[in-house]
Amino acid sequence: MEMTVNDAISAALAEEMRREPTVLIFGEGVATKRPDLLGEFGATRVRNTPLAEGIIAGTAVGAAAMGLRPVVDLLFVPFLCYAMDEIVNSAGKLRYMSGGQFSFPMVVLAMTGTGWGVGAQHNHNLEAWFVHAPGLKVVMPSTAADFKGLLKSAIRDDNPVLFFTDLALGYTAGSVPDGDEAIPLGSAAIRREGGDVTLVSYAKTVHTCVAAAEALAERGVEAEVIDLRTLKPLDEGAILRSVAKTGRLVVVHEASGMCGVGAEIAALVAGKAFHHLRAPIVRLTGPDAPAPSSFALEQAFVPQADDIVTAVEGILEDRAAPVG
Amino acid sequence: MRANTLIQAYERMALIRAYENTVVSLAGQHRLPGTCTSIGQEASAVGVVSALSSDDLILTNHRSAGHLLARGADPARMLAEVMGKSGGYCGGKSGSLHISSKELGVVLTSTIVGGELSLVTGVALARTMLGQAGVVACFFGDGAACQGRFHESLNLAAVWKLPILYVCENNQWQAFVHRQETMLADGVVGHAAGHGIGGSRVDGMDVEAVREAAEHAISRIRETGAPHLLEVMTYRLRGHFEPDDQAYVDPAELARWRARDPLVLLRRRLIESGMADEADLDRIDVEVGVRLDRAVGVADASPYPERRELTSDVYA
Ligand SMILES: Cc1ncc(C[n+]2csc(CCOP(=O)(O)OP(=O)(O)O)c2C)c(N)n1
Ligand SMILES: [Mg+2]
Repeated sequence: MEMTVNDAISAALAEEMRREPTVLIFGEGVATKRPDLLGEFGATRVRNTPLAEGIIAGTAVGAAAMGLRPVVDLLFVPFLCYAMDEIVNSAGKLRYMSGGQFSFPMVVLAMTGTGWGVGAQHNHNLEAWFVHAPGLKVVMPSTAADFKGLLKSAIRDDNPVLFFTDLALGYTAGSVPDGDEAIPLGSAAIRREGGDVTLVSYAKTVHTCVAAAEALAERGVEAEVIDLRTLKPLDEGAILRSVAKTGRLVVVHEASGMCGVGAEIAALVAGKAFHHLRAPIVRLTGPDAPAPSSFALEQAFVPQADDIVTAVEGILEDRAAPVG
Repeated sequence: MRANTLIQAYERMALIRAYENTVVSLAGQHRLPGTCTSIGQEASAVGVVSALSSDDLILTNHRSAGHLLARGADPARMLAEVMGKSGGYCGGKSGSLHISSKELGVVLTSTIVGGELSLVTGVALARTMLGQAGVVACFFGDGAACQGRFHESLNLAAVWKLPILYVCENNQWQAFVHRQETMLADGVVGHAAGHGIGGSRVDGMDVEAVREAAEHAISRIRETGAPHLLEVMTYRLRGHFEPDDQAYVDPAELARWRARDPLVLLRRRLIESGMADEADLDRIDVEVGVRLDRAVGVADASPYPERRELTSDVYA
């Protein structure tokens, strides 16, 4: 069935709430903006909250430890800065620090990314922060089907999961399989096969990579596009298998580069697939700057398909260079 | 309070005092890391915890030894935890600062000042939604009441009508800063009215008074389902963390509060009312001392965690 990413998220929430009575959802305006959920599941399980991200997240952590499976909507990723303690110090650590006495089956929803011109306090791709923190899982899908299937898995997971929606994807549509299909966390998807270069990405820039791959195909270069889908756990196998085949790696994401997810992937490949590499690894990322709101600057902030094509051409030339 | 209840309270308070003194002396010998002791706050812990029933839950903070022991924790397992041994309540992965024990109903202990305030609402929500009876007591300090989370927590608990007993142990100190430097009011109970919930304040050196105030607050929470803020006026008779010479403490203030040491007050009351005599209470002191000596032996004998525990229990 064809549906938008936003509808896929709603469908996953409704199905999981139907399936499991301990699932509840709360946040600023959640009950107001999700009348269908409110109507079906009632005001106990679908709640508006005061405007206070810290206590929203903390309430989810406490509830998760005591037998509920809360989903909280914190709206925009930068707002998670108000909830960092609850997510990082409590949800991420109290299982370990208590010697495994508690688990935290909870999901934090939030949007981020360029495309709406909302500026840097609504748009900040902070996913790497959470990848760096122990005890947390991080999911950033790119297609409607994945949004639905991965959110279902996130809700069923016994760990805290950060589930981020790239703003620009919310209204994009895609085909979503009918029925109860959960997609396991931690498995990447190959969006396009190719033997000349591996493009690794997640969220919106997966589509940029596919567009670049199509442009490259017209020039006789076959790019393989890997959509990570889950940043933690990371599907190392999918990345390493592809690089073993292509010998070239370009990592693309909108978040800034230093200590970003791309740095981790570059280190992974340098460490475990060095002998397969035929060219230097390239990272295409957003700059070390707050996300601008001006459309023109916003577009300049995000890696574009042309940038990817140029980067690939740059490392393909290395193929001609004498080795050793 | 009846004689046997009050004597039991003395026993528990003496156990807490003996435990903390043991920790102080072991820390001094470098046999375990320094901790935040609860010396001076025994009446608060015992008064409130003894007013709870067994299906009520407790959240606490870095100064939790009194709450745990009042709830019936085994001092040997607590000492093992402080020593980082596998026999501790958290397998040695907590240390002194965040001991939780699900079996005792002491859950999600956090040493982030205010952390317990951010978690207690969810604990109470879960209990309400899962149809479990009982209140959730949340111990926090006067310092934590300066965090924004204090207000966020009270507000949400009030709006959602969560059965929480907020217990502010106002011990006059926030690490190395006196409470008078951080708030204009003489305490925090006034904030209850602002959030539209019940509030009360009690002399935290008098275990009977604390117990009565807690019982009163708890019965109101059970009747109405709504939260209540109880401020317990007490004093941190030792430093913030071992070792701490308290050179920054006004000696006159310290002397004033020392004269109101909750164990001294209770001893006097028991003897003056004829509920116990000096020898009875001395016997209790000796008994808890023996119990602590034994606990140290058990904790010492517990092995350190295996190396593989380094990365176990990170993910469920
Ligand atoms: C968020 C945070 N800030 C600072 C500290 C360091 N710290 C630990 S206890 C403490 C004092 C807390 O005072 P209070 O809440 O009154 O509790 P008390 O120690 O007096 O029992 C401080 C500043 C901390 N653990 N967490
Ligand atoms: Mg204090």
